[in-house]
Amino acid sequence: MSLKNYIERLEPSFEPGGKHEKWYALYEAVATILYTPGKTNKGATHVRDNIDLKRIMIFVWLMTFPAMFYGMYNVGFQASLALADGYQLGDIWQVGLFQLFGGEFTADSGWGTMMWYGACFFLPIYAVTFIVGGFWEVLFASIRKHEVNEGFFVTSVLFALILPATIPLWQVALGITFGIVIGKEIFGGTGRNFLNPALTGRAFLYFSFPAAISGDQVWTAVDGHSGATLLSQAFNGDMVYDNISGTIEGTWSWMDAFIGRIPGSVGEVSTLAILIGGLALIYFRIASWRIVGGVLIGMVAFSGLLNLIGSETNAMFAMPWYWHMVIGGFAFGMFFMATDPVSASFTNKGKWAYGILIGFMTVMIRVINPAFPEGIMLAILFANVFAPLFDHFVVQANVKRRALRHGK
Amino acid sequence: MEHYISMFVRAVFIENLALSFFLGMCTFLAVSKKVTTAIGLGVAVIVVLGISVPISNLVNTFVLSPGSLHWAGFPDADLSFLRFLTFIGIIAALVQILEMTLDKYLPSLYNALGIFLPLITVNCAIFGGVLFMVERDYNFTESIVYGIGSGVGWALAITLLAAVREKLKYADIPDGLRGLGITFISTGLIGLGFMSFSGVSL
Repeated sequence: MSLKNYIERLEPSFEPGGKHEKWYALYEAVATILYTPGKTNKGATHVRDNIDLKRIMIFVWLMTFPAMFYGMYNVGFQASLALADGYQLGDIWQVGLFQLFGGEFTADSGWGTMMWYGACFFLPIYAVTFIVGGFWEVLFASIRKHEVNEGFFVTSVLFALILPATIPLWQVALGITFGIVIGKEIFGGTGRNFLNPALTGRAFLYFSFPAAISGDQVWTAVDGHSGATLLSQAFNGDMVYDNISGTIEGTWSWMDAFIGRIPGSVGEVSTLAILIGGLALIYFRIASWRIVGGVLIGMVAFSGLLNLIGSETNAMFAMPWYWHMVIGGFAFGMFFMATDPVSASFTNKGKWAYGILIGFMTVMIRVINPAFPEGIMLAILFANVFAPLFDHFVVQANVKRRALRHGK
Repeated sequence: MEHYISMFVRAVFIENLALSFFLGMCTFLAVSKKVTTAIGLGVAVIVVLGISVPISNLVNTFVLSPGSLHWAGFPDADLSFLRFLTFIGIIAALVQILEMTLDKYLPSLYNALGIFLPLITVNCAIFGGVLFMVERDYNFTESIVYGIGSGVGWALAITLLAAVREKLKYADIPDGLRGLGITFISTGLIGLGFMSFSGVSL
């Protein structure tokens, strides 16, 4: 008796009129994760391709793994740096969980221990995101009679990866609830929302609990350690921009930031790991290269302009574009958040405009807005709002051009 | 010049009348179903704000503020209690004149704006813009910049909402939220996007 037969045998009891018809959404979700659905379209004009929404979403989910595993390692690595400076492990339950499994963490632990230490922080966050978010998904799917969509895999992992490792779990639950329910489900589920649900949840947390999700205290998983992220160091004018390969004592080098040996949110630190996943997404035509290109162009152009203008009082004006690219959440936002096909522009020209707006706004918020150290998440939300308008104008222009061509 | 540019940017993005003060909500929610009409209404609001704020500024400086009547020989007179009444009168009269002028000289624009012009009389964004001008003590040039800037901000907001609502036509919204309910929520979410500007000091 194979698993497939077992699932097929269960199916009738979940169909309308069956004993468990209320749970159809849940049954459908589990069954289609394991096997391709048997339904195919019989109509004449239909693109047949293996890459359906389900495959796309699972692929994006897999492509976040380099950033995710590197992030776990980095949580441990940052903690070990702090331990070497004489800090103590905090008296928090994550450390308890780590020690429960017999882990011992000292300044000179190996990378496996570091990764396991980081996992003790990240996995509970991800589990809470998945369980709470999944609860809302299934609830809405069952009552509103639509299917549970794999988009949720992506939303949950993206949401978990942009949080700091030490965030309280009730805030995680609150954020993903807001993101899933207000950001997506009340519009009818995947494909109908106009804001990125993961970012909506993150922005909600950002404005509701500013102290717990940014600032100096949250980034390193040891007791009482305050380590400013590179963005806030840059804001205070403490950055050394010509330190490319790491020779100047006591500062982070560009290479550190590129590889990801810096404090920050779990998934955002390593530009290299994000690049691996992100380029694969572009290669397989899942992420739009136009959006990514637009973000880069907007960022490089505007930061170059600010470099030229210069400022006596604002140290951020001097940050060159190659630093903007490797610190904060820029790479992660550019590859995984901005390219969300639902909340981005649909038209090709619209995608360029949308990407450039994101790049421009990111630098704008980082440099000119003293209230928020990081800009890309808010910039993407802002551009999400503009995306339908870009599409509207592109479509109108197209209509006008065709009308002219046909002499009407 | 730099002062006026930063003032304009502030009025459009940071202190957006619709998305950070939630003024002019009645027309904002009611007339945002289509992008083209929203742009029409937005242009009308820009014109009316751009004229009524400077004119109210003149009236305020030379007639209503305490001590402003000294040119007429009444240095002690204080007519500031008449502000609300006068400003509403000014806005209504302006809209009426504008309507008649458009009807006579630009009938196409008049037809495009249609019912929106008279509606603007009771749009609280206009009155709010005028009162902000008084509260912040803008001079005449500043009031022109502020009037046009806040109008552009409002027009931008309603255009964005209209584009989002056109996209939401394909959404599957729960029964209880269809129509105004989801529009309120969308407005809030657009406001969340605009919060990226909060804290910018120009």
